[in-house]
Amino acid sequence: MDDQLRNEEQNGTSRRSFLKQTSLMTALALAPETVLKAAESGLDEKIAAAIETMPLNVVINGVKQSVRIEPRVTLLDLLRERLQLTGTKKGCDHGQCGACTVHIDGERVNACLTLALTTEGREVTTIEGLAHGDELHPMQEAFLEHDGFQCGYCTPGQIMSAICCIREGHAGTPDEVREYMSGNICRCGAYSNIVDAIMDVKQGGKKI
Amino acid sequence: MGTDKKSEPLNRVDGRAKVTGKAKYFAEFEVPGLTYAVMVTSTITRGTIATIDTKNAERAPGVLAVYTHLNMPAIPGWADQPNSNAKLPSGGEKYRMLGSNKILFNGQPIALVVANTLERAQYAASLVTASYNKTEHQTDLLKNTQKAAMPGRFGDYTRGEQKEAYKTAPVTIAADYTIPVEVHNPMELAGILAIWEGEDQLKVYAKTQGVKATQRTLAGAFKIPEKNVQVHSEFVGGGFGMGLRTWPQEVAVAAAARQLKKPVKLVMTRQQMFSLVGHRPYTVQHISMGADKDGQLQGIYHEATAETASYDDFTEGTVAMTRFMYACPNVTTKYRIVPLDRGVPIWMRGPGEATGAFALESAIDEMAYKVNMDPLDFRVKNFAETDPEKNKPFSSNNLKEAYQLGSEKIGWNKRDRTPGSMKDGEWLVGYGMSTGVFGAHRGESTCRAQLNADGTLILQSATSDIGPGTSTAMVQIAHEVTGLSINKIRFELGDASLPPSGSQGGSATVSSVGSAVFDTCTALKALLAEAGLAFEEGTVKPVTGKTATMQQVLATQNKTFFEVTKSSKGGAEQDKYSMYSFSIHFAEVRVHPHTGVVRVKRVVTVADSGRIVSPKTAASQMIGGVTGGIGMALTEEAVIDHRFGRFVNNNLGDYHVPVSADVPHIETIFIDKPDPYSNPMGSKGMGEIALIGFSAAVANAVYHATGKRIRELPITPDKILSA
Repeated sequence: MDDQLRNEEQNGTSRRSFLKQTSLMTALALAPETVLKAAESGLDEKIAAAIETMPLNVVINGVKQSVRIEPRVTLLDLLRERLQLTGTKKGCDHGQCGACTVHIDGERVNACLTLALTTEGREVTTIEGLAHGDELHPMQEAFLEHDGFQCGYCTPGQIMSAICCIREGHAGTPDEVREYMSGNICRCGAYSNIVDAIMDVKQGGKKI
Repeated sequence: MGTDKKSEPLNRVDGRAKVTGKAKYFAEFEVPGLTYAVMVTSTITRGTIATIDTKNAERAPGVLAVYTHLNMPAIPGWADQPNSNAKLPSGGEKYRMLGSNKILFNGQPIALVVANTLERAQYAASLVTASYNKTEHQTDLLKNTQKAAMPGRFGDYTRGEQKEAYKTAPVTIAADYTIPVEVHNPMELAGILAIWEGEDQLKVYAKTQGVKATQRTLAGAFKIPEKNVQVHSEFVGGGFGMGLRTWPQEVAVAAAARQLKKPVKLVMTRQQMFSLVGHRPYTVQHISMGADKDGQLQGIYHEATAETASYDDFTEGTVAMTRFMYACPNVTTKYRIVPLDRGVPIWMRGPGEATGAFALESAIDEMAYKVNMDPLDFRVKNFAETDPEKNKPFSSNNLKEAYQLGSEKIGWNKRDRTPGSMKDGEWLVGYGMSTGVFGAHRGESTCRAQLNADGTLILQSATSDIGPGTSTAMVQIAHEVTGLSINKIRFELGDASLPPSGSQGGSATVSSVGSAVFDTCTALKALLAEAGLAFEEGTVKPVTGKTATMQQVLATQNKTFFEVTKSSKGGAEQDKYSMYSFSIHFAEVRVHPHTGVVRVKRVVTVADSGRIVSPKTAASQMIGGVTGGIGMALTEEAVIDHRFGRFVNNNLGDYHVPVSADVPHIETIFIDKPDPYSNPMGSKGMGEIALIGFSAAVANAVYHATGKRIRELPITPDKILSA
């Protein structure tokens, strides 16, 4: 968020016209002179930022994050573009590929279809939040051991999804895993190994 | 190496970075003052932009610039080149992004919006409006075959005296085969992050299969020395061929970044990737084949006609396999391209060979049934002992062993060969097989080795890795040459400033870069020997009779590390032998007689690709190729509505790449015998053969299950029900 504010201050282009057209500002049109004066003095971006952004308090990987963001920002873009948590991937931005799968309060969710503000007060876990220091999560270990990936781009989403697949009780057989992991596309085609990795973790019986 | 010694299966050396989310792909680098580019694309297919209104976009919050053909900064390297392709069969005008008001294909960028946040750029892009003068467009290959032209590459080929043996032989077949547009769709979205660090100093984070190629393209576009262009691409989220070009929008983003004096990042949408980063071309093929009654091939005629863009020739080896795969005395091949108003194709995994193998291996199966032979026996009977096209011996060819191993594993001989004879409940059961082949190429490559005083070895080469596990294979080669412990070796790639190597494409990386690693490590051993040192027990020790340790030797030589750089390429053996990698695919399918649904139930795939350098990642290559082959066979098709010239399913919800539920357990078998001539490791390529031919194995299995020949991919239920 700081970055965004900083950028806004640096780029003062066309701010006045922005104030004039911003729909949220129409309420202030009742006092246009005040507004224009504010724009002249460079306050427009600050006012816009105050009006167009909302506060968000969310716990991500155990860390409380308090940010101000526009309501249109998705959880995926919040993670990748503002919090530098780039382990969560963008593969389609339409909820069709599963690369952005994260856990919200322990359930698997497509971060690209989740407006960040809807996570107010909730707990988000991303791929960066799985390992304890150097000790990998059993699912990460299993993917490594079974070579459940090639390029690695879908991998964080696959792993987050795989953990919930077991937690949900949908890893009884390889065919059940295939069905319940079909929301996560792997174009390199590592499915055969991914299923092996998940069955291995399931049969290992560790709490995940 | 180069021996029968088998390599150990090794976990990926970069695997930890990938499973923890620490691996950084091009769009993930934190850059101060980063700005975001979003493209607006054409809604017509052919014509000109009459008016374009960017006023509202320019006034939108956070917008830094809106570029169109009216204000796009000139790209000096483009301005130099002639604006026509008059000499090419495609013959049209060249495509330069935002270079003129001409629209050459649907989805062509008409504006590039740059703003200080992604959301602001996206919103502003939605405010750009344009009006057009439309002209008639041609996107349908079948309606434009009169434009078919012979490209400069891949001329007509004929061998044998009986030019029409495919017609006059005692047994003949003839059929047409169709492959739709397929789209690479790597999981990572395409784009670039461009930063100018001075007037003529460009740094990019790119999604590329060749950091050196990207460096050359950008240096050429901006007319600056290559060394002034830094290209970083350590991790690439899949490519499958689409990263073998530096696309015009990448150059345009760099031009915008230069003018704005700000870092600019473009992450394309999935929809845009259907039009702007290539695809496997729609291709129609005809094969006629003639054989004796005892199943000896007499003649093959194979003709392929594929789409290209109006503004560029794209060609690939679609009919190449037919020329040499079987011992057939009379063979004719023809290859034509048809310019259309579409974005240009690019090689997609297996490239043309995968397209051609679908037709050839389907026809071989059909002919086998027609002469009442098992398709496997038919292939063995027509096995080419030497390359009949080049009249040279194969450097190695273990196809017969591969046929045997694969057929035993799948239980080929236990099946009833009669079509429609096998059932599992209400499902029809079918077995099919096919062969794949791809040239075992080796290019020139350079590697630098740095052996540090702490005993760690760093190897560097400007190659790329789109997923196959290049670093893992290179570390494994270095380990096998030196004996140094795996955990002491690091391989660095994805940086154009490293010693030069080729692009990752055509299954040549292990052969090319691996040879450079092999030669460099061998030279390093010699250098150590001169200093009285040797690799021993996983570390560096004084040779017998010497006492000075490596640290002491380095200290006396006033050095902190030993260093060797070696270039490596093939020699005379490359001309003496015909070098190919081979694969055999066996598929067992279920076909539902009432719904027409096809499920691949089991797969056995055998690779005859020389010695296997990295067994674990090689196996993943094979299952990955087969998975791509399942998509090619059953689900993948980018559909164009020719009324509008536009893709109607340009997203991952409607363009069906295989998902987990489509893919069974896949068994891989490696012949794992060194090729004596391919390179010092005895390896041959693997990325392409994993996919080449697989779609035919499925089509042949569907025939065995149902008695129906489906010659148009993908084999969707409607085609089975209406056949």
